[in-house]
Order: sequence, then C-alpha cells, then structure tokens
Amino acid sequence: MSKGYLGIDIGSISTKGVIIDENNNIKASEYLWTEGDPLKAVKRLLSTLKLQLADSQIRIVTVGTTGSARKLIGAMTGASVVKNEITAHAIGAMSIHPEVRTIIEIGGQDSKIILIENGIVIDYAMNTLCAAGTGSFLSSQAQRLHINIEDFGRIALQSTKATPIAARCTVFAESDLVHKAQIGHKKEDIVAGLCKAVVANYLNNVGKGKKIISPVVFQGGVSKNIGVVKAFEELLGMPVAVDPNSHLTGALGVALLAKKSRVEKDFFFDITDIEFKTVGYDCKKCSNNCEIICIYREDQIIDAWGNKCENGAVH
Amino acid sequence: MEEIKASYPQLGNYCTPLELLFTEGFDVKYIVPPPITKKTLALGSRYSPDYVCAPFKYHLGNFIETIEAGANTLVQTGGVCRLQYYGELHEQILQDLGYRVNFVNMSKVQDTNPLTFYNGLKEINPQMSLQKIGKILPIVLKMFEYIDEAENFIRKNIGFESNKGAFEKVHADFLGDLRRVRKKKELKNTYRDYMKLFKGIEINKPADPLKVGIIGEYYTIMEPFSNHYLEKELAQMGIVVDRWMNVTNTLIHYPKKQIQKRIKNYAEYPWVATSMATIDRALEFARKGYDGIIHVKSFGCTPEIDAMPILQNISKDYKIPILYFTFDTQTSETGFNTRLEAFYDMIIMRKETKK
Repeated sequence: MSKGYLGIDIGSISTKGVIIDENNNIKASEYLWTEGDPLKAVKRLLSTLKLQLADSQIRIVTVGTTGSARKLIGAMTGASVVKNEITAHAIGAMSIHPEVRTIIEIGGQDSKIILIENGIVIDYAMNTLCAAGTGSFLSSQAQRLHINIEDFGRIALQSTKATPIAARCTVFAESDLVHKAQIGHKKEDIVAGLCKAVVANYLNNVGKGKKIISPVVFQGGVSKNIGVVKAFEELLGMPVAVDPNSHLTGALGVALLAKKSRVEKDFFFDITDIEFKTVGYDCKKCSNNCEIICIYREDQIIDAWGNKCENGAVH
Repeated sequence: MEEIKASYPQLGNYCTPLELLFTEGFDVKYIVPPPITKKTLALGSRYSPDYVCAPFKYHLGNFIETIEAGANTLVQTGGVCRLQYYGELHEQILQDLGYRVNFVNMSKVQDTNPLTFYNGLKEINPQMSLQKIGKILPIVLKMFEYIDEAENFIRKNIGFESNKGAFEKVHADFLGDLRRVRKKKELKNTYRDYMKLFKGIEINKPADPLKVGIIGEYYTIMEPFSNHYLEKELAQMGIVVDRWMNVTNTLIHYPKKQIQKRIKNYAEYPWVATSMATIDRALEFARKGYDGIIHVKSFGCTPEIDAMPILQNISKDYKIPILYFTFDTQTSETGFNTRLEAFYDMIIMRKETKK
C-alpha cells in the first residue's frame, strides 16, 4: 500500500481533482462542471477518482482544497490544507515549470497574473468586480455562435483577419460582436476576434502595470483554447507554454501543499455515500444580520461560519 | 419648540468626541448613530444612485438609521471630492422619502472665513454660543488625537496578544470612559491610565514581525465595516498593521507642505483629496522596508484611482508588493479572503527568502 495525496480545486464553473503519489506523479485526475452545486460536484469527482485508482494500491492520507468553495469542501472532506487558489496555482505551476517567471491563469469566472522571481511569488493580481474576458464569457459567445467551446480555438486559427471586437467590457463586446456578424464578418474571424478581445482585456485589466517576463506559463480552463494561446503569443511577442495538465494546476498545487503539510489522516471515498447539506440563516442578534452557514454531515453539524462577532457563534 | 437632537454619520469611533462637541459645544442632544451594518448598506443602496461611491450610501443609510433612532437634525460636511456634493443630494433624497428633518449642509459654507463657517453651524442650533464652543473645542480635538494614538498602538500590537480579546476589551472601556469626560484634566488622565493598560497587555511579538501599511481613501480606510474589517483580518494573521490616515493627521495636523516636498519626485503638482497622503505614505512604508502595502478605496473614487499609477511606480522602485482593494456594496467575503490570504502567503515567503 503506498500513500496518495488528494488535491481538489472547486471553482465556480469547474471542479478539478488530482491524486499524486510520493514522487508527485499524477495517479488519477478529473475535470467536471460544478453546476452551481459544489457538494454534489465533489461527490461525482470522488467517484471518478476512486474508479481510476481501483487497481492501484494507493491509500489517500491527506486532502487539500482550493478554489472558491475550498472552505465548504474542506469541511466536507476533512482537509488538512485549505488554501487560496493564487498560492495553489503558483505552487502547481512551479512544480511543472521550475523556471517560470509569469503565470497567466484564466478560469471560468476569474483571471489572475502571478509574477515569480527565484521560486517565490513576488506580485500578483486578480480580476475584480467584473468577469469580462474569462471562460464563461467565451462559452456564452460560443453558444450564441452555435459552436462547441471545444472547437473554439481551432476555428479561430482558420481566420486570416481577426475581426476587431471591443475588449473593455463583456456587454460592449457582445453588442460589437452582434453588429459585426450582421454586417457580414465571417464566423472564424469573429471567433479569432473574440480570442484577441479576451487577451486584450486581460492585459489591460489584470496585467495592468505588471511586467510580463518570459518564461510565461498559461493555465486554467481557457488555456485549452489554442486561439487564446496564439493571441497571447502574438500580443506579448514571446512564447507561452501550456502544459497538458494546465487545467489541473490548482488541484495539483494544493495536493502538493497537503503533502508538504505532513498532516496525515486517512481519507475514505465512502463519503460519497454520506449526505452533506448546508443550512443558511440570518443571525438575528444585531442589525448586521450575518448570513450564517451551517454544514451538516448526516444530521450532525460539522462546521459553521459567516458570523462577524462572537454573538453569532454557532458552537 | 422641539428639542434639537442632532447627529452625524458613524465613522470609526469618532462619535465619542463628536458627542462631546454637540452636547457641550452646540448645546444640543446628540443621537449616537447606530453602528454601520449590512442594514445600513442595504438602506443606503436602496435610495442612492447606483454609481455613486459607497461612502455616500453608508452615509445615507446611517442618516435614515439615526432618524429612526430619534434624530431631527442631521449634519453633512463639505469635502474636496464628490463629498462636496453629498449634502445637497442627501438632503434631497431624505426629503423625497418624506423625512422631515433639519438638514445642515456645511458644504455651503466652505469658506476660509471662520465667521461664515460659524453662521453655517448655527443652523444646527440658532442659540449656540461661541463661548461654549471655544471652551470645549480644544478638548474635543485632543480627544480625537488620543483616540487615534490609542488605536495606532492597538493596530501594531493586537495581532500578538496572548489572551484573545484583551485589546478589544480595554478599547471598549476606554471609549466608554471617554464619553463621561468633560474637562481637559479628566481627558488627560483617562488617556494616560488607559495607555498604561494597553501597554500592560501581555503580547507575544516576534523580533521581526511582518509589517503591512494601509493606505487609501478617507472613508473606506477608516470605517472598518466598509473594508471588510481588513485591519482585524491582518492582525489575526499575526501582522503589525500601520495606518497613518485618521482625523488627527488630516483634519487637525495635515502636513501639506512636507508631503508635497517628500513626494516631489513622484508627483510634482498638488493633488486633491487623499491622493497626496496616499502617495506619501506608500513612499514612507516602502522606505521603512515594510513587507507590503494595501491600498483601499471605494469603487469609482477618482482621487485614489489617480494615485494608483504612482503607487505602481513606488512598488517597482522599492520592490514592495501593493495589494489593491476596491469596495462597493458587495458583502461576499470569498474574493476578498482569497486575495488577502494570497498576499499573506506572498509576503511571508518573500520575508523568509530575504533572511
């Protein structure tokens, strides 16, 4: 029986999981849609991972969680490490590309830039208040154009003359796109234009004021879109590396962090059979009305949060 | 005639000296504004223009809450940014909502002539006496300074207290006792006694702790609810928190000339509102070798947006990371916590490799 380390990255759009062994090799991995229900998504994720591990003699000794539902899933899985996705992505990227200087990450609803010097994060930024230029924007435009998001990049590469599309704001981009389509621009040119718009938006907002130094690594779901990769390379004038596991980097990073923590506690896949639920209510003890969330395992409360002061403490 | 019950919106813990000014100086009853909560924000956002800055919404919400708490006279100040227009709009909105209150808009009397200003103040209470104000004002101002000094000390040490909650307890007692102060001597003694208590609180501070400086826009930096209790979060991570922006350093002793001189290489011309102070402090924190700087502002705050390119230059020149936060009316903590935790991971890793 050898030891395995599970990392789960639960984003707003997709949920990712990897299991690594003692030598940091990925032994099982899965990527699926969160569908607005992180608890259920993680159960589906665990079922697949369990199947992938079936023949191996791996015993999961620790769990790490990251992504916007990291706290909730951390409580569900009894995680030893619950880490923000910026650090997790940096650790994951550096394990694959030790020499990386700039990490570009574009996910379903967020995008970040992480600058690395001598193996440590020296600066980072993340999109605020607005999800323009992220994966969900591209997938909604793909729907509008009746193409599969998986084919998006390939179609973009067919274009020889990308249609200029306003990059600043999703709403403007969308109306620009509609008008350009109606006056006869070709579909592949519009798709290529969208890829460029995403990159321009990223560089103007998230990358604003940051010096992008090579080697550049691109990760997150959108890195699978070859059209966006090419647009980045064109606009930056430097190569952009995309790893085959670029969509799993956050999960890999948090698995590595969990392993490094040396906190070990056997994890069993049978939690997929246990009912987890959350109950939310507004605390009535003062006018702040904190939104309290309680996590139940079967009928037992295992964690709660949301209170701003001691009066609202559930335990 | 109906008794005058006046108020000004909550900002940090400044309602204590304001209470003294209103009761002893203006000779009116003071309604302590209810603390800023989600209800304040919900009320304020409901009746405010969507794109106005968040402090406007907090003020409006808090005005409504103070009216509900019994206030019949509300005061709004002038300012050197959009704040200058707050009063007029607040007054109009409250009137449209059907609240019948005496709204004293001090931005109408933005005049260097003290007499004009005094005449403006008289709208709060036509019977007020200059003598009474003159007598209490030095004590009020000193109280602002003492509160600021105490909170400055707290910010730098609360993250290291051995018994959790020790500082907050003494702080609450301090503010409670200040409410009873009427004389200069009482004030001095209260301050002295409490500083002794603060300094006596057992702390466990490492020799070279992480230090973070906070800079940014006036309201968002000073009203903890509006910045998601940023300072408290940092302290809980075991960080020395330093913040210069307060009433003492801006309204009472604003070192405009010195600031202009210090930031000359980064900003040649005079700028409005808090931008110069923001640049000056960033420079100071960078020079002192702090581990990081956090810049806070409300969404759309022009003076602070203006300062940001300069902050980026300072960040580059001094190799100091700056985290930028923009707050509006969102109350979700996830995005905020993610960025803050990553900032912590980054500065601690940087510090460890420097060693």
